[in-house]
Amino acid sequence: MNFKRALRVWQRNATVYKKLYRSSIALNFFEPMFYFLALGIGLGGFIKEINGLTYLQFIAPGIVMSSAMYAACYECTYGTYVRMEYQKTFDAILATPILFEEVIMGELLWGTTKSLIYGTIILIVMLFFGLVNNFEVLLLLFYLIFCGLIFSSLSLIATALVPGIESFNYFYTLFLTPLFLFSGIFFPLEEMPSLLKSVFQFNPLFHLVNISRTLFYVGINGFVLYESIYLILFLLFIMPLPFLLLKRRYLL
Amino acid sequence: MYAVVGKSLTKYYKNLKALDSVTFSISAGECFGFLGANGAGKTTLMSMIYGFIMPTSGEIEVLGKKLQKSNLPEIKAKIGVVPQDNNLDPDLSVLENLLVYSRYFDIRKKDAFNRAKNLLKFVGLYEWSNANVRKLSGGMKRKLIFIRGLINDPDLLILDEPTTGLDPRSRKQIWNLIESLKHSGKTIILTTHYMEEAEKLCDKIAMMNKGKILLIDTPENLSIKFGGNLEKVYFEMTED
Repeated sequence: MNFKRALRVWQRNATVYKKLYRSSIALNFFEPMFYFLALGIGLGGFIKEINGLTYLQFIAPGIVMSSAMYAACYECTYGTYVRMEYQKTFDAILATPILFEEVIMGELLWGTTKSLIYGTIILIVMLFFGLVNNFEVLLLLFYLIFCGLIFSSLSLIATALVPGIESFNYFYTLFLTPLFLFSGIFFPLEEMPSLLKSVFQFNPLFHLVNISRTLFYVGINGFVLYESIYLILFLLFIMPLPFLLLKRRYLL
Repeated sequence: MYAVVGKSLTKYYKNLKALDSVTFSISAGECFGFLGANGAGKTTLMSMIYGFIMPTSGEIEVLGKKLQKSNLPEIKAKIGVVPQDNNLDPDLSVLENLLVYSRYFDIRKKDAFNRAKNLLKFVGLYEWSNANVRKLSGGMKRKLIFIRGLINDPDLLILDEPTTGLDPRSRKQIWNLIESLKHSGKTIILTTHYMEEAEKLCDKIAMMNKGKILLIDTPENLSIKFGGNLEKVYFEMTED
């Protein structure tokens, strides 16, 4: 694996995005904002506070993370699939010095970049709402990259496994939606039945949301580092899979 | 000096045998044609030459080196590929397609720009530089894919059915391009299912059928040997 050649693939996606972002940026921006406003202000009117935070304050850090998650997922499911199967972009690139795993690495890094872009935009909005009073929240940028790597990898695994583009509905409805709803963004998972609680301990978004909330209102501490260990292990475990599975799908 | 040597190349897709012990050698500077019907194994063979498909068994040598994963980028840097399918970037302009492609070869921006400009002039697409590729006709797209394969000034050019689906005028233009490249000393490999095309352009022809090479010879020798035109030879050879 040559990193520079992987970056050429990343650069191709960035060039296309630079031309087209005006037509797609709104989609990724408004959806999390609708959740934030509808639930934060609407539902927030009925909820006094959670763990000493207003409801708006409670959900804001999670909305930053989940928008980063969805940005990586859209990119590495639909985006990658179209490049691979319909536009034959992979075929074109593989006729040049670039190798297959470098194409996949380029896709993974591009999905991660999308997480960073959209997570940052939402974070800036939260700053405007005056929800953050903590300089250490800037460390969140590092965790947006983490979020991007994890969810780009999971999405590329889905891309390797789907029989057709329609099947991504299963990935979104049966996999991502539960991860999103049971991540502790909207309510603390402590109140859940203990079986469910232990299941959702595996949810990487749960740990990312924990980190985000801590960085928002407390700052870096031992808890953030402890949660990071889980994320590192999770990432190390899943990151080889997209390379193996996509190779099997594409080259055989 | 050989540009490409294939030794008993065999390829299975699951249980389907796409290539059956194919052996050939292509001299540097030659225009070598693989002639055969759809499904004869031509594209599989082309994909093997630029390392996209690995043979199930057999060996392949490209530009003096045995093809293996460790030297694949180095070898691919000297090859130009013009694929059968349109895989241009539909969201980019004509010029951007060439520039983005040149980056994969690590060509410096300024050099790439000059090269792209010259190539666009070479095929008469210069006025279309800033047009979106979706706006191009089939023939123009073909020409753009053709010059994209030349952006790295390759020693070996692989043309997979360069004129399939083109109208007679566009086909003539592509033929002229190939003719002019032949004089530049590049090795050219092309696949086709048009006898006329193989006869007109190629120094040597390999006839393929069902994953096998039936014979390899010059167009002149084939005519003498079989006392007729190539079309007749082809139909005789490929009879079921």
